[in-house]
Amino acid sequence: MPAWVTGLAFISANLGALEVIGMSASGAKYGMATAHFYWIGAIPAMVFLALFMMPFYYGSKARSVPEYLKLRFDEKTRGLNAVAFALMTVLASGISMYALAALMEKLLHWPFEVSVWVSAGIVLVYTYLGGLSSAIYNEVLQFFIIIIGLFPLVFLGLKDAGGWQGMSDTLSQVAVGNGFEAGAWTTTWAHTGSTASNPLGVEWFGIILGLGFVLSFGYWCTNFLVVQRAMAANSMNAARKTPLIGALPKMFIPFLVIIPGMAAMALASKGTLALELMPDGSPNYNSVITSMLSHFYPSGILGLGLTALLASFMSGMAGNVSAFNTVFTYDIYQSYITPGRDDKHYLKVGQFATIAGVVVSVGAAYLARQFGNIMDFLQMVFSMINAPLFAVIFLGMFWKRATGHGAFWGLLLGIILALIHHGLTIPQGASPDEIIKGGWLGVVHTYPSVMAQNFWTAIIAWTSATVISVTLTLLTKQKKTREELTGLVYSLTPRIKDTDVKWYNRPVVLASIVGIMTLILTLIFW
Amino acid sequence: MNLDIKIPIGLIFSIFGIVLTVYGLFTGSDSALYAKSLGVNVNLWTGLIMLAFGLIMLVLAQKTRKAKDNPGE
Repeated sequence: MPAWVTGLAFISANLGALEVIGMSASGAKYGMATAHFYWIGAIPAMVFLALFMMPFYYGSKARSVPEYLKLRFDEKTRGLNAVAFALMTVLASGISMYALAALMEKLLHWPFEVSVWVSAGIVLVYTYLGGLSSAIYNEVLQFFIIIIGLFPLVFLGLKDAGGWQGMSDTLSQVAVGNGFEAGAWTTTWAHTGSTASNPLGVEWFGIILGLGFVLSFGYWCTNFLVVQRAMAANSMNAARKTPLIGALPKMFIPFLVIIPGMAAMALASKGTLALELMPDGSPNYNSVITSMLSHFYPSGILGLGLTALLASFMSGMAGNVSAFNTVFTYDIYQSYITPGRDDKHYLKVGQFATIAGVVVSVGAAYLARQFGNIMDFLQMVFSMINAPLFAVIFLGMFWKRATGHGAFWGLLLGIILALIHHGLTIPQGASPDEIIKGGWLGVVHTYPSVMAQNFWTAIIAWTSATVISVTLTLLTKQKKTREELTGLVYSLTPRIKDTDVKWYNRPVVLASIVGIMTLILTLIFW
Repeated sequence: MNLDIKIPIGLIFSIFGIVLTVYGLFTGSDSALYAKSLGVNVNLWTGLIMLAFGLIMLVLAQKTRKAKDNPGE
């Protein structure tokens, strides 16, 4: 598959319900600072993946991230990662399914049961029949539909709020009303001097280390859901260009999802738009995007806007189901349950895995319906599982000495220590009785926001995984030979020379363009 | 799959675009309908943008096909 197709699928697989609902909600709640999740929290990691890590993923001929772990470390590291990842994907696809069914319930007035099974059916048909390539093609199509369906909302939202200037003026009052300086809602870095001066509740150090380094590298460089898209490219050059081509639209997606959220906040404070409220009277930020759609879209384009939302939830689901399928079939079934059968058998198992994945997702969708804050829960799980995994893969790729025992215990204890940190801390205003918010072991420290707690959970997970892996590596013997590690470790792999492709096709050139453009955007919205 | 993804994208955007444009043209005088969208005929404009994008995709797909048919050029 050509690089532009895999590149757009790379972004689209990530543009699910969590992203569209979550980022527009954050746009309303935290303002422009939400762009940190893109310009510092995604682009640098995507560039790093393309330039430094893709050669090992693609070059190792592994079919999945867990399989890379097996080649580089050992069987137990792979098993642990495969099981954790399989659980994460069905949870994530269940949440997209829940969002989709809730939307159908609200707008088409279908019963929740019908909506869940209809949406499950649609995803099942095209992932079952076409597998990964059909999921990727759908993601590319969905990408364009999401863009065109949400773009008029940005335009109308800004127009109604009095343009960027008018919206900033209104949001200044919101900021002052909440006890911050006037620019807190419309800038990214300007008010990050201390945790108390911005609505995110995180200072610049926590943003750079927690979000920019640990969380973002943990997600973009190790999550098989996105890495799989790059692995499907038709050459090493295309595989390395995949995250970079994805980065180009990625840096502009904040405008598409954050600005409607900010506009909603401005309009709500002016009294033009009524935000839905939670039972306790606080605004229900998760419904910002649907409120905006039904406020601004007349019949006709409303259908397109809803299609865009449906498309985003579908791509969230299908992406997870296709990644689950691969990991379950190769890394769990073929490795531990029934090894040594022919390809035909595993292809069949893969199709059953797709069905099973969809059915389990339906279960997760019901779970999501029961617990309103399961989205926060999932993001917390992501930070606990991805951060130690990034530590381990990073050591594996750039330190040839790193051993299997070191990797396994680093991964496992990293997750456990992250869990303990979560049990000992709590965000301001939450109660330990909620369990999901933290503090279930007793409250030792209170963070100013959930975001701050998440960032520090990830930092602790990554640091402890690194320290444990390095210590155990030094105490254990490397069982892999030099030959086995060639192609998997930086220092033992010949450098890729891009002299045979035209200059504009070289990953380094593309990466520089991406870097400069992101820097310009950051400076404009400083 | 040897399908060129530009063709289905082009077709879907062209068809959606035509439907929205026509709907926008027919409802253009209905100011009550467009009060929601601040008086802007969003159906017409979005329809035209979609149609243009769809056609560009189809033209590009045609070019790709020609280039494959005559590899010498």
